[in-house]
Amino acid sequence: MPVESIFPRLEPVLPRVQKPIQYVGGELNSQIKDWDEAEVRWALMYPDAYEVGLPNQGVQILYEILNEREGVLAERTYSVWPDLEAIMREQRIPQFTVDAHRPVAAFDVLGVSFSTELGYTNLLTALDLAGIPLEAADRGEDHPIVLAGGHAAFNPEPIADFLDAAVLGDGEEIALAITEVIREWKAEGRPGGRDELLMRLARSGGVYVPKFFDVTYLPDGRIQRVAPNRPGVPWRVDKHTVMDLDQWPYPKKPLVPLAETVHERFSVEIFRGCTRGCRFCQAGMITRPVRERSITTIGDMVDTGLKESGFQEVGLLSLSSADHSEIGDVAKGLADRYEGTNTSLSLPSTRVDAFNITLANEFSRGGRRSGLTFAPEGGSERMRKVINKMVTEDDLIRTVTTAYENGWRQVKLYFMCGLPTEEDEDVLAIADMAKRVIQAGRDATGRRDIRCTVSIGGFVPKPHTPFQWAAQCDHETVDRRLRALRDALRRDKEYGRSIGLRYHDGQPSIVEGLLSRGDRRVGRIIRAVWEDGGRFDGWSEHFSYERWTACADKALAGEPVDLDWYTVRERDEVEVLPWDHLDAGLDREWLWQDWQDAVDETEVEDCRWTPCYDCGVCPTMGTEIQIGPTGRKLLPLSVV
Amino acid sequence: MPEGPAPAPVIQRLRVRYAKRGRLRFTSHRDISRAVERAVRRAGIPVAFSAGFTPHPKISYTGAAATGVASEAEYLEIGLTETRDPARVRADLDAALPDGLDIVDVVAAGQAKTSALADRLEASEWRVRLDGVRETDAAGAVAAFLDAPTIEVERLTKKGRRRFDVRAAVSALEVETLAPEPDRRAAEAADVPCAILRMVVRHTTPAVRPDDILTGLRQVADPAPPSPPLVTRLAQGPLDAVTGELADPLELDRGTRPGRETVPPSGDDAVTARGPAPTQSDPAAGADVAGARS
Ligand code: SF4
Repeated sequence: MPVESIFPRLEPVLPRVQKPIQYVGGELNSQIKDWDEAEVRWALMYPDAYEVGLPNQGVQILYEILNEREGVLAERTYSVWPDLEAIMREQRIPQFTVDAHRPVAAFDVLGVSFSTELGYTNLLTALDLAGIPLEAADRGEDHPIVLAGGHAAFNPEPIADFLDAAVLGDGEEIALAITEVIREWKAEGRPGGRDELLMRLARSGGVYVPKFFDVTYLPDGRIQRVAPNRPGVPWRVDKHTVMDLDQWPYPKKPLVPLAETVHERFSVEIFRGCTRGCRFCQAGMITRPVRERSITTIGDMVDTGLKESGFQEVGLLSLSSADHSEIGDVAKGLADRYEGTNTSLSLPSTRVDAFNITLANEFSRGGRRSGLTFAPEGGSERMRKVINKMVTEDDLIRTVTTAYENGWRQVKLYFMCGLPTEEDEDVLAIADMAKRVIQAGRDATGRRDIRCTVSIGGFVPKPHTPFQWAAQCDHETVDRRLRALRDALRRDKEYGRSIGLRYHDGQPSIVEGLLSRGDRRVGRIIRAVWEDGGRFDGWSEHFSYERWTACADKALAGEPVDLDWYTVRERDEVEVLPWDHLDAGLDREWLWQDWQDAVDETEVEDCRWTPCYDCGVCPTMGTEIQIGPTGRKLLPLSVV
Repeated sequence: MPEGPAPAPVIQRLRVRYAKRGRLRFTSHRDISRAVERAVRRAGIPVAFSAGFTPHPKISYTGAAATGVASEAEYLEIGLTETRDPARVRADLDAALPDGLDIVDVVAAGQAKTSALADRLEASEWRVRLDGVRETDAAGAVAAFLDAPTIEVERLTKKGRRRFDVRAAVSALEVETLAPEPDRRAAEAADVPCAILRMVVRHTTPAVRPDDILTGLRQVADPAPPSPPLVTRLAQGPLDAVTGELADPLELDRGTRPGRETVPPSGDDAVTARGPAPTQSDPAAGADVAGARS
């Protein structure tokens, strides 16, 4: 069946919407494959605005890997802003891909990548605009398989009713495996319809099909049991781990948008996983173990990526980039190679360590200086022990002193508020730390124009972390502590004006907490919020806390649970958690022990350099830590 | 803060005419400048950088057509640290830009005695397609417009709401009776009437844009187009007061440099003073109608 472009209908309305360029496609390195020649067709969605979604690495990698395969086609779709949504409804224009402007409903799979839970309402908008029934149960043979991936898919229960399937972990290999299953099933003439296809996917234990699991509840509202409801469906679903990143050097041809996006740079993931063991960090827990990309592959990827894109900035991504075993050589090699070319290099996530200043110096040789950001996360020594962020205040002061001595005038410090066991004075300690930082800068340079910016995020307990059992701090307390911190800084005559403070109020974190640790009953709230007009919940101008609380009250009426039950309630060891049947590899007993250690303010070392402490990932997943050094050096390639 | 080495000086200045066509007319000026910077890097063109904390490539733009407006005649200047053959830069840069942002012409800027490019862009020629408007209605409105001594319109400018005369800036305004083929086909396919306006408008302050002229036309008559009109800038350049024609603003540069850097006066690269007449094979008009790429 020929599938037509909707562009002729879209184009006349584009002059009426904000930033129309985001809907026209045509990015450098985007591709359009022949529809009829493809046997399996993926629509890849990032459920946020184009400017946020386009740079997403996960989507770009899958887009390239799928399109490289013969007989497979992948296109991209993003959330449309409410102005275009209104026009699309009025003119019956369906959710479309930006590549060939094909209707999303015509694809075999709609793969949605959720980095955050706040994209859930946007999923519903896209399904509805696409003409795909919101509830998986209502979908027919011709509708796409709606598949979730990304970090939020490690607990997809709140959107279980809207999904046909979810996958956990690295997408490269499983996306191709799913493609093969679909190809075979279609080639056989779609035996058994949609259900049979989902069964084939579920049987492997590598794809979670929510409808093949039943959830039962205890009278008090806790989950009694989550169990497969069909023979052949395994009790647990495993996450996927790509072991050799050098085999998957993507993106090779990064997408270069015409529209302005949040990251205007070429990003290379230098390793995956993190074993530092910060207890609040879901990404660190669910992406274990550490797998490094080799220095030579990194060098080659940077070279091709820059040539293919024309970007002026390279970001070396990972959860803690300075931890790469050969980061010194990577930094020096790249700085040498691009010296004098106005190419800037950045390490977005770094730990508090004087070594990073050496790296930052290498990176700013080209003339450009990106800011220096450090993340002590907790204001007091005690707090940092609880969260296992092993850095002392003296470490930090030494580091920033080196930074100021090396010419930086401003550093950024990142913290969290609302952490487990937190007291008012833990947050106020942030002010003391910031003051010491300014003083260190003044001492090191003899100047007064030293600045530091303090950014504070609200802590949200996440599944598959030691804090998954913790009570989330209520938003009133968070707001009160942040106000006290702000007042303390404002009052300070000596330092106050040198310290910038950025924070958000606590309400959005509560909703994020509901969606992070929610179970299937939370789906009703999401639907109600969406029906009431909820969109783009990650954007403060669109977010409405009142709408979420009102809808939660209504949707949970008659249930023994409510918003507080999901968020500010502490769980005990035996409670069945909504994601217990989804295996991130972490040993539940180890997580519980780590939670107890947190409360006792006991730290654990990084297993990369110290002995394994049996978190469970490596034996369960048959994986191991993969780090260098390889001992190789970067070749000084000729650059354009 | 350590200072980098002093940036290499500008050895050659290239003046570039480019087009934004089809769906890429939805690019904003900022989108275009980012795309051009990246294309310059991908094409390996030795662009000069400014000094300072965040060096910027030396690329400057003259008054860009608004987002949503197509153009056959936009101009920019690039400062190079080495001499390059303009014809090759034209080909390389065009290949490095996305389809729809197309390089039309590149010449080396003449010596200092020639005037600044921006000063030569005295007026623009525009084509405005009004779907749903009959030619006779458009003609009536145009006649009334041309008869009026002044026509004041109001618009939100950077300096707030302003009223200004649009009539004086208009040096020519007519209904095109022979609509370009693709426009006609589109109109027929959609089964709606379609009028095409062609106008030459002087660059004044505040700028009088095709939109303002349409507002003016609506005031003197009522050709009320149902959807936003499709506007294309066809040419920019010095305005001949006698003939009312626009000349090629790059002509002066062509005359003042040795042959090596001069684009041949004929062949594909040559640009006539009025810009290429839209024909059936005109990619701009074609893309507007065909819309989707596949
Ligand atoms: S199993 Fe051991 S080595 Fe592997 S990530 Fe966990 S603690 Fe580290």
